[in-house]
Amino acid sequence: MLFNTKDILETTRMITENKLDVRTITMGISLRDCGHSDIKVTAQKVYDKICQKAEHLVKTGEDLEVELGVPIINKRISVTPISMVGESCDSNDYVTLAQALDKAAKNVGVNFIGGFSALVDKGYTKGDRNLIASIPEALAVTDIVCSSVSVGSTKCGINMDAVKQMGEIVKLTAARTADCDAIGCAKLVIFCNAVPDNPFMAGAFHGVTEPETVINVGVSGPGVVKHALESVRDGDIGMVAETIKKTAFKITRVGQLVAQEAARRLNTQFGIIDLSLAPTPAIGDSVAHILEEIGLESTGCPGTTATLAMLNDAVKKGGLMASSYVGGLSGAFIPVSEDAGMIAAVERGCLTLEKLEAMTCVCSVGLDMIAIPGDTTASTISAIIADEAAIGMINNKTTAVRLIPVPGKGVGDTVEFGGLLGYAPIIPVNNFSAEKFISRGGRIPAPVRSLTN
Amino acid sequence: MRVVLTVIGQDKVGIIAGVSNALAECNINIININQNIMQGFFNMVLIGDMSEATVSLQEAKEKVHALGEKIGVEIRMQSEEIFTAMHRV
Repeated sequence: MLFNTKDILETTRMITENKLDVRTITMGISLRDCGHSDIKVTAQKVYDKICQKAEHLVKTGEDLEVELGVPIINKRISVTPISMVGESCDSNDYVTLAQALDKAAKNVGVNFIGGFSALVDKGYTKGDRNLIASIPEALAVTDIVCSSVSVGSTKCGINMDAVKQMGEIVKLTAARTADCDAIGCAKLVIFCNAVPDNPFMAGAFHGVTEPETVINVGVSGPGVVKHALESVRDGDIGMVAETIKKTAFKITRVGQLVAQEAARRLNTQFGIIDLSLAPTPAIGDSVAHILEEIGLESTGCPGTTATLAMLNDAVKKGGLMASSYVGGLSGAFIPVSEDAGMIAAVERGCLTLEKLEAMTCVCSVGLDMIAIPGDTTASTISAIIADEAAIGMINNKTTAVRLIPVPGKGVGDTVEFGGLLGYAPIIPVNNFSAEKFISRGGRIPAPVRSLTN
Repeated sequence: MRVVLTVIGQDKVGIIAGVSNALAECNINIININQNIMQGFFNMVLIGDMSEATVSLQEAKEKVHALGEKIGVEIRMQSEEIFTAMHRV
């Protein structure tokens, strides 16, 4: 089959100028068969299984990168929530298991490994308690292990005991990694409606309904969408949505090709494509700049929520037809520190925590990579988690919180995380207290699913 | 496997000769060439067949990259599959 030159040059331009890439190939690995009463034996089984199953993951990713000529930025691993793997151990301290994950991930050469996780939507098991208590130390002594805790869902309501505890855990993690601007908190996500097949960090884990191993792929391409929109500056919103759909289709087709081929070569199952617009701090790779291209003076101004809602919906509509299986977090991501346009919007005072919260109602995930003052109390962080979880619970969507209370820093300061994690100006937090609400504990009952007014 | 080469850069004598010579050395057969000059810029899209090639895609890529640097044009080489995925439903 021959192509026309325009199509070919369009594809090469997307890659060379508009930063089209496949953000991640993530291999999910079940560790359900690694439990043992002796934690050292468990750690060894975990290490051995990951090294064996993911032995060729990085090489396969690199080969595909060469053949297809499209960058594949990250190769990652997600594993069964470690709260389940560690549950049969006699030890209460799961840091050993985090270290095994870290060592195995480094051995096979991946960028991150996710799954130091617990799912406590309705309550804790012994393993959940041990895991959550181990999080601050685990994130301090490892480099590429990511942790997540699910505290609620539409079906179960919100576990307010866990919400309270996670506020404290975020603070402890910040304190434990204070010497590097609380980097530990950048590897910790608190979810409502967590998904079992998310390829993106820090919230990836290999859910209990997943197969032995699986390949999930997250695509990217904010720069490609922005560039496409530059050609419809005089069009109405219908034309804008249509252009986004067509572009999302093309981006997703690349992801689908990579996912199918990676799964075939690794002799495993293709799971899902995550239809995402994932920004990086690089210029020309920003979701905020897409919103501004559509017609906002600065992301965060009135109109931002509506624009983002349209963008998110159009990305899904375009991507759905391009892939045979869609899942994960699918949608536009709005992490503050990882998006040059979002950072600029915060710096010019246009984008606040409250507006970000509103934006999370209509797009993928939630309050992501937001640096807040180090003196923010645990109960305030818990209250922000509760608000975000409530949005997810009521709207039947995934929401998440990844806040970084940076010790010793306040509004006006900036933190630098480096690499894909980027940098962020510290954003002000409303400090009126929710202490009494948070200290009550208990559970918010599951919501009614009709009478939705 | 079929590959797509895109060559972009300042026009000069011998670009096609250089590229086709490099491909011949790898025993890559040329199926189609589409070339034009726009405002002094050389644009070429070439489709090659690697089924009888004597080198791997990685080696062929390195060879044409080196050639591109030598003659001052940008040469990319990719499997045809990415274009099929993106532009054919």
